Amino acid sequence: MSEILLEVKDLEVTLDGSPILSGLNFSVDEGEFLTILGPNGSGKTVLVKALLGLLPYHGELIWHKKPVIGYLPQGLNQMSVRDMPLTVKDFFALKKLDRDEILKYLSLVGLESGVLHKRAAHLSGGEFQRMLVAWVLASRPNVLFLDEPATAVDVAGGETIYSLLRNIWQERKLTIFIVTHDLNIVFAHSTHVLCLSRFGRRCYGAPKEILTPEVLSEVYGADVKFYTH
Amino acid sequence: MTSQLVLSLISGVFIAGSAAYLGTLMLSRRMAVVAGPLGHLALPGAALALVYGFSISLGAFPFVVLGILLIWLLEIRTKLQMEALTAIVFATGVAAAFLFLPIGKAEAALIGDISKVGVRETIASVILGAVVVIAVNRSYSRIVLISIHEDLAKTEGVNLKLYNLVYLLAIAIIVALGVDLVGGLMTAALVAIPAAAARNVSKTLVQYGLASTAFGVVSAIVGILSATFTSLPAGPLVILTSAVIFLITVPIAKV
Repeated sequence: MSEILLEVKDLEVTLDGSPILSGLNFSVDEGEFLTILGPNGSGKTVLVKALLGLLPYHGELIWHKKPVIGYLPQGLNQMSVRDMPLTVKDFFALKKLDRDEILKYLSLVGLESGVLHKRAAHLSGGEFQRMLVAWVLASRPNVLFLDEPATAVDVAGGETIYSLLRNIWQERKLTIFIVTHDLNIVFAHSTHVLCLSRFGRRCYGAPKEILTPEVLSEVYGADVKFYTH
Repeated sequence: MTSQLVLSLISGVFIAGSAAYLGTLMLSRRMAVVAGPLGHLALPGAALALVYGFSISLGAFPFVVLGILLIWLLEIRTKLQMEALTAIVFATGVAAAFLFLPIGKAEAALIGDISKVGVRETIASVILGAVVVIAVNRSYSRIVLISIHEDLAKTEGVNLKLYNLVYLLAIAIIVALGVDLVGGLMTAALVAIPAAAARNVSKTLVQYGLASTAFGVVSAIVGILSATFTSLPAGPLVILTSAVIFLITVPIAKV
C-alpha cells in the first residue's frame, strides 16, 4: 500500500471577492499520476497554485512528507524567452548546472547535445516543451505539477510529452499532478483523476471507474463525446 | 588631458557602464522605457539641487524612489497599463520641475552636465556604479528567472520580494546617476540603447551583459571626448554615440 502524500480538507479559494473553489476535499497517495480535469474556468489552475502556496486559501493542506516540488506553470512558453538571447545552456545555468548534468537531463527527454547552444526561442514547440520538462527535473523533485504542458504543441507533440512524463514517472517514482482538459490523456496515462466543474459537480478516483458519460456531461455541462480506448 | 576631463570620463564610464548592464535586465523584463518617466520625475529633484547648489544626483535620488513607489502603487490601484502611467508621470515630473527651476538653468537638469562633475560626485559614481554592477551580477540569474515566469521562480525558491527590491533600487540609483550624465530627458536611452545593440549581436546571456556594458562604456568615452572637442554638451553626444553603435548592429542582428 502506498502512503498518503497530501490531504486537502475543505479547501476554499477566493479571487477578487468571487469564490473559485470551495469545500474541496481529496487526498493524494505517493506515486499517483493525478489528472486534474475540467472545462475552462473550473478552477484547475487556481487549485494548483493554491496547492503550491502561490495563492492564499482557507482550509487545510497537509503534506505528510515534505515534497520537493517541480512546477511547469501555464503560459510558460517561447514568448517568455523571446526578449533575451537565452540559449538552452544559459537556461539551465540559471540553476547552476554544469554541462554534464545538463546533457544528462536533456538526454532523459530525448534531446541531443546539439540543442545546447541554440536559443531557447529557436527550438521547435515540442523541443521547447521537452526542454522545460528536463529543466524542472533538474531540481530533482519528487512531486511534479504540470499545468497544460502540451498546449503549445500539436497533437503528436502532446502525445510525446505525455508518454515521456509517463516513462519518467515510472522510472523515478514521482507523484505527478497534471492539469488538462484533454480527456484522452486521462484514460491513457493517469492513475487517478480529479474533476472540477463550474457547476459544483466533482469527482475523484480511477478514471475508468468514475468517468462515466453521465459524470462527464455534468462536469462539462453539456453533451461530451468521447470514446474509451 | 585636464583633471576635469579625467573626472568626467571616470564618472561617465561608471555611470554608462553600470546603466547598460542593468539595461539588459530591464530590456528582458520589457521595462526599459520605465527609466524614461523616472528620469523625468527626477527633474524636480535636479532642479532643487541646481537652485540650492548641491549634487544633481543627490537631489534626483529621493524623487526617483518616490517615482518608483508611485508607479508601483498606481499600477496596483488602477491596473492601468505601464504606458498610460508612463504618459501621466512623464509630463507631471517635467511640469513640477518648472515650478521652481529657472528656465535659464534648466539645461543641466534636462540634458546633463558631466563636464563640471566634482571629485566627490566622481567618487560617488564609481562606488554606486560598482555596487549596482555587483548587485546585478549576483542576482542576474534569479531576476532573469523572474522575468521568464514569476511563479516558476517562486517554486524554484527565488525570493521575489527581495530580488524585485534589489532590482528597483538598482534602477533608482542608475536613474539618479544618469541624470548627471545625460539629464532627465534621456535616461531611458542610457539603459535601453546599449542593451538593444547588445541583444542584436549576442548569442548568449553572458555575451549580452558584456557587450551591453562595453557599448555603454564606449559611448561614454566617445561622447565625453567629442564634447570637449566640439564644445557641444556631452549628454546628447553620449546618447548619439550609442545610437550609432545600435545602427551598426542592425544589419547583423540575430533575431
